[in-house]
Amino acid sequence: MNSIGKTTAVALGAALMLAGPARADLTIGFSAPLSGPVAAVGQDQYDGFMLGIETLGGKLGGQKVTVLREDDQLKPELGNQIARKFVDHDKVDAVVGLGFSNVLMASLPRLVESGTVAIATNAGPSVLAGARCASNVFSVAWQNDGSAEAMGKYAQDAGYKRVYLMAPNYQAGKDFIGGFKRFYRGEILDEVYTAVGQPDYSAEIAQLQAADPEAVFVFYPGGMGVNFVKQFSQAGLAGRIPLLSAFTVDGTTLPSLREAALGTVSGAMWDVGLDTPGNAEFIAAFTAKYGRAPSAYAAVAYDAARLLDLAFARAGGDRTALAAAVKAAGAELKSVRGPFHFGSNNMPVQNYYAFETVKQGGKVTPRKIGTPLAGHADAYAAQCAM
Amino acid sequence: MSASLLIAQLLNGLQYGVLLFLLAAGLTLVFGIMSFVNLAHGSLYMLGAYALAVVSGATGSFALGVAAALATGIVVGALLEWAAASRLYRRDHLDHVLATFGLVLFFNELTRMVWGPQPLFVALPEALSGTVELMGFFYPAYRFLIIAVGLAVALGSAWLIHRTRLGMLIRAGSVNPQMVGALGVNIRLLNALLFALGAALAALAGAMAGPILSVQSGMGEPVLITALVVIVIGGIGSVSGAFYAALIVGLTDTLGRTYLPLLMREFASREIASAAGPALASMLIYLLMAVVLALRPQGLFPAHRG
Amino acid sequence: MTTIRPSTLIPLLLLAALAVLPFAAESYYTAFFARVLIYAVAASALNLALGMGGMVSLGHALFLGLGMYSVALPAHFGIDDGWLQLALCVAACGLVGLVTGAISLRTSGIAFIMITLAFAQMGYFLVVSLKQFGGDDGLPIAGASRFFGLELASAEAVYGAAFCLLLALTAWVARLRVSPFGMTLRAGRQNARRVASVGLALPRYQLAAYVLSAVLCGLAGMLLANLNAYASPSSMSWMVSGELIVMVVLGGMGSVFGPLLGALAFLGIEELLKGLTEHWMAIFGLLILAVALLGKSGIAGLLARLDARVPARRSPRLAEGRA
Repeated sequence: MNSIGKTTAVALGAALMLAGPARADLTIGFSAPLSGPVAAVGQDQYDGFMLGIETLGGKLGGQKVTVLREDDQLKPELGNQIARKFVDHDKVDAVVGLGFSNVLMASLPRLVESGTVAIATNAGPSVLAGARCASNVFSVAWQNDGSAEAMGKYAQDAGYKRVYLMAPNYQAGKDFIGGFKRFYRGEILDEVYTAVGQPDYSAEIAQLQAADPEAVFVFYPGGMGVNFVKQFSQAGLAGRIPLLSAFTVDGTTLPSLREAALGTVSGAMWDVGLDTPGNAEFIAAFTAKYGRAPSAYAAVAYDAARLLDLAFARAGGDRTALAAAVKAAGAELKSVRGPFHFGSNNMPVQNYYAFETVKQGGKVTPRKIGTPLAGHADAYAAQCAM
Repeated sequence: MSASLLIAQLLNGLQYGVLLFLLAAGLTLVFGIMSFVNLAHGSLYMLGAYALAVVSGATGSFALGVAAALATGIVVGALLEWAAASRLYRRDHLDHVLATFGLVLFFNELTRMVWGPQPLFVALPEALSGTVELMGFFYPAYRFLIIAVGLAVALGSAWLIHRTRLGMLIRAGSVNPQMVGALGVNIRLLNALLFALGAALAALAGAMAGPILSVQSGMGEPVLITALVVIVIGGIGSVSGAFYAALIVGLTDTLGRTYLPLLMREFASREIASAAGPALASMLIYLLMAVVLALRPQGLFPAHRG
Repeated sequence: MTTIRPSTLIPLLLLAALAVLPFAAESYYTAFFARVLIYAVAASALNLALGMGGMVSLGHALFLGLGMYSVALPAHFGIDDGWLQLALCVAACGLVGLVTGAISLRTSGIAFIMITLAFAQMGYFLVVSLKQFGGDDGLPIAGASRFFGLELASAEAVYGAAFCLLLALTAWVARLRVSPFGMTLRAGRQNARRVASVGLALPRYQLAAYVLSAVLCGLAGMLLANLNAYASPSSMSWMVSGELIVMVVLGGMGSVFGPLLGALAFLGIEELLKGLTEHWMAIFGLLILAVALLGKSGIAGLLARLDARVPARRSPRLAEGRA
């Protein structure tokens, strides 16, 4: 064979490989924000999910699996397009990820219509938990209010009499403040809503200081949280006023906060400080593979892979039985977060813990200080007609 | 509403204002003289913050980090001028918007490729990590450094523009660039110099903001839009206008955010006030700009035009 | 009979291909190209203001959003009558366009860019804070718009509507360009003083074009809302306004087929690059930079250059006048 022929053969082979990946028995569509300001969250989910599949030998329920990856860029419109692609074009067996609440809500119409099993690893909007719940759509992560409810309970139990609440001025912000108030009975000095994506909180922190609360609860995800916590600590308030938060100090922001986050208390269903069975192995495997500690997002996606493993094994080849199998598999799942099962509305029923950020052996890390809500189901299940 | 709280809020507004000025000064100069709209100015701010985070993280010295940010600003600014901006001066604003929009996407993705999507860690300089007590109020010491640096740059630029030969050329250039070129001044060199200077100021702003903000990809855009609002209110091409407008915007935004929701509670129910107040507060500077433009399209403190 | 030149032939072939696409392709592609067509309509709308009138609006996402919410808000209250929604959309976009346009047109150049951006940002912040209508999470649309018997529920239906709208719009723009109205606008873009000295009140023409452009952009928003069965404030962010500008310029400013070519190229390249690397935005950014550096005749301009290679029977100048 001459060299031109050889090159052609190689090129042909490469083209064939590109055109059709080694035939797998299962196809999973994974979508998350993989570019843009919240890419860290999406990347953690993808890495966690792939690690989950890898530990299962590249198989789910004994069948070889191919994962198709899509980037939703945090744009609802693209979420909708991706849902159509997975369902109509790729004909996937299940969709995992689904991004933030707004992207999830945009993908929902096509997913519900098609009946394809969808597992959210990052959101559980109240509408999905309530009126618009669907038998084929699950959240393996949380109902959005959960962490905030846990912090409300924590503040109540700790006996704080006067608290000050802050969140960005959008739906999730209002949901979180609502969740906190659902379990907190003391006096609320003020509820402050700030502009979405606001970088500087000095003015609000000065107001907060003047109000002299016994504790502060905030919800500032991503970069907003880094900004707020840094500025809160620089204003000399860390240590003087307890800072409670949800999705603010977490695995994605702690590396850039370090000492500034010391003493803050976070409500979450998982963090590295948890000593549940299997958690240490997960953390070690993740850290070894990716060179960084996992966040709750990674843990949820890792669980999603193991959940699907159980579900596919249960359903066998029957795709119509998959939704019911996922629901049943929820109770079987040995989640790294501890006890877990799906509620009647396909939202998780799970523990929400309180973690304090402490320094251990020169490393800033979260430590579990309590379980404000054990086996907690959300407040919207009653509105779900399932 | 105590007096000490008001003072703290005024300080916050001042600090935000001078930070905006650092960004707006370069933007308005480049616009005034080269008539160039640079959306990528926010990327230079971001690169400044990254330079500080990386260098001060590696060396432990804040001062070295700031020096690195300035150097980054000058080098990247000069490169940008040579590679893109200088080829676009003669085109209309639309091409500028388009080209620099493309650059914004490029720089955001570049930082994400190199340093990943997570925010970087930046330490406060040790000496300024405490707080200063003002009439029973605690104010972060570091913010005084920002105010000092901002005011020093403002004074320095006033001196540069009104007392030096370069300043004379800048003033002349903002009135009639062709004439300056015709008089034998190397206008290309002047342009490159000004662009790099503006870029260095943007990077300095980023470096100063690094310790208080989340250093991450895309951090430049919100502040860039605010800086554009500043130069439009101040009058395009006018550095002193940019300074006053930056303070006006800084104070309006800070005080509006604080007092508008409180004020609204006097007139409306708490429910409505807590929903509408923040929405109105976030619109406030845009509202201010719309009003200024509707009444004085040339801005509040326009550079004198021939 | 004149020969059809490549600059007309290629877009016409493209339109023909798009006309048969929903019959040949699976639903996912129909939905994707429906999105392309909708953005082409929005870009055509912007092209009226930007390409013909020279008004660089960095706030057209506002009208896209208004269109989306003119479907979503009535649907939220159970009203799915398309005509009513259309009336709401035209009224809202017309009114907002009139007010913001009248104020914005007092300025020019960068100030115009900034003030249109400011209005769009105000709209964005307003919608984000409307908690009862979903705020940042957006508003799902339970029932699609109904026009007599036609319901815009499936991707195919939206595709059909968008295709017809684009076709009508393109034909209309082709006529408008050479009408006295279009001529005045285009002349004003080149030299406002001369137009004024001829005795034409240019600002009125510009305002009319701006309002028209706003309303048409709103129609694109209505279709988008139906396609996604969802309205979201993120479609009102300034990045979307920027993307619309890029589409118009990429396609060829002021040209008849430019918006379609631009929308297709923009969304197509985005889709292709995303398949190659997750850092596609870096490549995409450099591509946009290159388009800006190379000049603004866009894809339509490239096709026009092809024309020069094809021998024409009639004098090129005459043919150009017809384009």
